[in-house]
Amino acid sequence: MTDAVTAEDLRKTYPGGVRALDGLTLTVRAGEVFGLLGPNGAGKSSTVKILTTLARPDSGRATVAGHDVLRHPDRVRREIGVVPQRSALDPAASGRDNLTLQARIFGVRGRRRVDELLERFDLAGAANRAVRGWSGGMQRRLDVALALVHKPGVLFLDEPTTGLDPEGRAQMWTEIGRLAADESIAILLTTHYLDEADRLAARLAIVDGGRIVAEGTPAQLKGELRGDAVHLELRQPPDEPQARQAISHVAGLRDVALDGRTLSARADDGAAAVPAALAALESAGIRVATVTVARPSLDDVYLRHAGRRFAS
Amino acid sequence: MTTLVTHTWWMTNRRLKVLVKQPAFVLILLIQPAIWLFLFGNLFRKVVELPGFGGGSYLDYIIPGVVAMTAVSSNMWSGMGVLEEIERGTLNRLLTTPVARGAIMNSLVLEQALSTAVQVGAIILLGLLAGASYPGGAVGLIVMLLAALLLGTIFSALSNTVGMLARQRETIIGINTLLLLPLTFLSSAFMASTLMPAWMRRIAEFNPVNWSLDAARAAMRSEPDWGVVASRGGWLLILAVVMLVLSTRTFRAYQKSV
Repeated sequence: MTDAVTAEDLRKTYPGGVRALDGLTLTVRAGEVFGLLGPNGAGKSSTVKILTTLARPDSGRATVAGHDVLRHPDRVRREIGVVPQRSALDPAASGRDNLTLQARIFGVRGRRRVDELLERFDLAGAANRAVRGWSGGMQRRLDVALALVHKPGVLFLDEPTTGLDPEGRAQMWTEIGRLAADESIAILLTTHYLDEADRLAARLAIVDGGRIVAEGTPAQLKGELRGDAVHLELRQPPDEPQARQAISHVAGLRDVALDGRTLSARADDGAAAVPAALAALESAGIRVATVTVARPSLDDVYLRHAGRRFAS
Repeated sequence: MTTLVTHTWWMTNRRLKVLVKQPAFVLILLIQPAIWLFLFGNLFRKVVELPGFGGGSYLDYIIPGVVAMTAVSSNMWSGMGVLEEIERGTLNRLLTTPVARGAIMNSLVLEQALSTAVQVGAIILLGLLAGASYPGGAVGLIVMLLAALLLGTIFSALSNTVGMLARQRETIIGINTLLLLPLTFLSSAFMASTLMPAWMRRIAEFNPVNWSLDAARAAMRSEPDWGVVASRGGWLLILAVVMLVLSTRTFRAYQKSV
């Protein structure tokens, strides 16, 4: 089976000298959800624009659904659905008109597909009202409906939940999850939300400075970091040498750090190390208020590969 | 080719649906040429008495002039529609679909052409009410309309090209402000070319506004000069096609900068 998307060594510099892509290479396999994660300006949108035939790279090659994006952009356009970063609807037209026009462009005849999509995205009630008056979440769902009207083999979701309220985001996640379960469609999802990539993507790549700095399944990427983070909140600031002495006997704990009442450490298996740590501290007379064990997050992965915290 | 035609129809339909929802704008479209007809008609009424003008009714004389000026001044704002599509993101969305690139541009031109046709109809009716006579009859009026539509196409396609390349409202506003009056007055719109200084007459020969006026006036006479209609009409048609092709070619430049 051919890969849904391949990109090889894409480079693009915008007029004015801004380098957007600096040798980006990636592959999206058929039927999978592939997440492209990175902060604003990392090159996510430029990648999507090239793969959806909107922009041309300075150099490099790319195929979508088996067609070369530079040599046969018309073939690519028939195979893809695109949800752009910003909603791109005709504000004065009704939801139904927006959807019907998109259907016609793709040669989808009749009202059935349009009705089906309005129903599926919970938009049937507002279908005949101008899109201008719709909520942000509804407009976003219509964007997705538009992208799906011709049942594309490859779907591009460019920051689909940016700007949505929590409810809108939850709804969008459910919808993307449903799409992901459909194996006839491959999805390239860009996002700058770690939790979103973690939750939705089967595989993901971290983009920074116009290139991929890490790639794998979320579990693989997190697994590259050594172990879980264990945080112990103590009732009182302890006597430091005493606390260190007590904890040093616990097998499997390392990188111990003490900051006021917070004791942090890493462990290959956090859950297994906790009882021993509690017992050791307890017997030294140090009382523990709370314990948290956290799997490494994509934030940690990002920190490691891009050299800085994601949120900053 | 059939794809281009059907896509152009859908795209035009899409824009017209929005246009008819703005009755105030449609009203302004109709009032503007009426004001010009009234102002210029009264201000310059006595110029027909100048030796060399040829006499006759000035109202009869300026109707093709107001038609041409209206066609230019309305159509040259077409590029604003391009900017609107770019800013809303709808242009990018359409460009990732198989829609014919030419259809996107042509729809903007056609939308303008339809508005122009309505405006020209209003000018003809107003003229009739004010007592103008049309010796060339319906055929003459149709030629005037067609010439105005071709002239409008030249300027709307040019405006779309500027919009795509410059992507700034200020550029369109600047160019339009600069062009409208010189184009109008370097033509026989309001003053017989026989009364122009020789150098102006020379420039006017290359002015598409003047081509459309020559064609319209030649057809609207009681004895039409079809040779002039064909030659000036031909030039208008060629330039209109060139401008349309040029406006569609701008998508290549857009792909580099988007």
